[in-house]
Amino acid sequence: MIQIQNVKKSFKKTEVLKDISIEIEKGEIYGIIGQSGAGKSTLLRCINGLESYDDGQILVDGQKVDIKDKTNLRLLQKRMGMIFQGFNLLERLDVYQNVALPMKFWGINPNTPESKDKIMKLLTLVGLEEKVHAKPRELSGGQKQRVAIARALVLDPDFLLCDEATSALDPEITRGILALLQKINKEMGITIVVVTHQMEVVKQICQRVAFLSDGRVLAVGKPEQLFIWPKEREIRDFLREESDKLPTTGVNLKLFFFGEGNQRPIVTMMSQELGTDFNICWAKLEDFREDVYGSLVLNMEEKDLQRACDFLDKHDVTWEVVS
Amino acid sequence: MSGILSNAGMTEIILNAFKQTLYMVFWSTLFSVILGFIPAIILTLTAPDGLKPNKIVYEILSFIVNVFRSFPFIILLVILIPFTRLVVGKAIGTTASIVPLTISAIPYIARVFETSLRETNPGVIEAARSFGASNFQILMRVYVKESIPRMLNGVVLLIISLIGYSAMAGTVGGGGVGDIAIRYGYQQYKTDYLIVCSIILIAFVQFIQMLGNYMYKKMS
Repeated sequence: MIQIQNVKKSFKKTEVLKDISIEIEKGEIYGIIGQSGAGKSTLLRCINGLESYDDGQILVDGQKVDIKDKTNLRLLQKRMGMIFQGFNLLERLDVYQNVALPMKFWGINPNTPESKDKIMKLLTLVGLEEKVHAKPRELSGGQKQRVAIARALVLDPDFLLCDEATSALDPEITRGILALLQKINKEMGITIVVVTHQMEVVKQICQRVAFLSDGRVLAVGKPEQLFIWPKEREIRDFLREESDKLPTTGVNLKLFFFGEGNQRPIVTMMSQELGTDFNICWAKLEDFREDVYGSLVLNMEEKDLQRACDFLDKHDVTWEVVS
Repeated sequence: MSGILSNAGMTEIILNAFKQTLYMVFWSTLFSVILGFIPAIILTLTAPDGLKPNKIVYEILSFIVNVFRSFPFIILLVILIPFTRLVVGKAIGTTASIVPLTISAIPYIARVFETSLRETNPGVIEAARSFGASNFQILMRVYVKESIPRMLNGVVLLIISLIGYSAMAGTVGGGGVGDIAIRYGYQQYKTDYLIVCSIILIAFVQFIQMLGNYMYKKMS
């Protein structure tokens, strides 16, 4: 578990992190999302001690991340593999040697049968068993990131930190990398922390997210809760949603659909039962991991509201009056 | 040309001079690479973007390197006479000329190596740090490892300029092909010596450059 408690950090006079508190549970895929400059990469770098913080504390399974305590920090870093936007592979080493590099830092001989076996297993996991002796320059971006993932896993970490790991890749390749991360999370039980500005990353793999804006945590929760109908202006801006263009006359009623709800013709049923028409003025249907989540906004006359709400309650549909 | 080369005296003189050139260039390259590597490492470590930034150390060392680099070689040659005598016991001769050649090459190689090392992708250094690498491991396994082809290019340039400088070393009795070209070819108007010496130097520089390019390709 990673506990971030009231962490603050400034670069010169600029406050980058303003009192951040987050808890990342063991075994989950946790997203840290926000606009560029929100401080999310800095936060991630604080977690594994690449960067120091001024105030508060970061605990990894109860152990404090302290950049001054070098010995302990190294041990913590061993437990946290990291991948980067720029892949950061050594150009002069081949795939095998790149994956083996962290072993060398820890005095593990990468050429023993056990090490070879382990590296080959990882390369098979990331789908690069054919490229063992290729140099990074012979690989595509997606392949380079796969090497970086294998490298990050070679010391058997409990955590995998991903710093904008798919931002330099096209959507197709991104999906492949995300599927791989999900597999690693499920099969190896590794806790994954993903820093990203890409909504599709959050939607495809994150179980929980923290939305950072201007160095603060604006919202924490399941992505479907946070993003189907975001209340915070910053999140709406981030999603570029036209949510303020709702009608100003009558009442706006928002309906939520989770999984099953999508299969029922609720709106037409309601229209027939109440004997009135509704204006559908906004709707969204989105995939979050394996599930589909939807929401729509109906505009109706004030007098129909109570009856509509009763109908929705009877059919177990979550609703909310919005202005 | 066959007429010239059949001249036994000349062949012997030039062959002997070529051996002297090789001797001077080889040892001064070797010593300066070893001795220049140390300040290069210190500069890389203490640079503003280094692993142990230290403005004072960096600026002082950088200043010393610049001072030595700005000395014209011919002046350095004279200034260093007492020092050369201290090191090799005499100030004149082929071996003696290795001292000023090395001294002039150290700051050059220090700067070239520093530049090569600092060109290392900062992301790779960061990745190494994230896996818990110590500064020494980062220095050897990342900085040096990644920079070897660039450093090799610097050594090739060094060898080529040392071939040129070794001609000047003839002034302190260093000998070598350049010295023969000056003394026989220029001062005694023996054009054939001048031509043969020039061809040898051109071919030698070409050979070094080609070898360097080949090794750069192999290594990167």
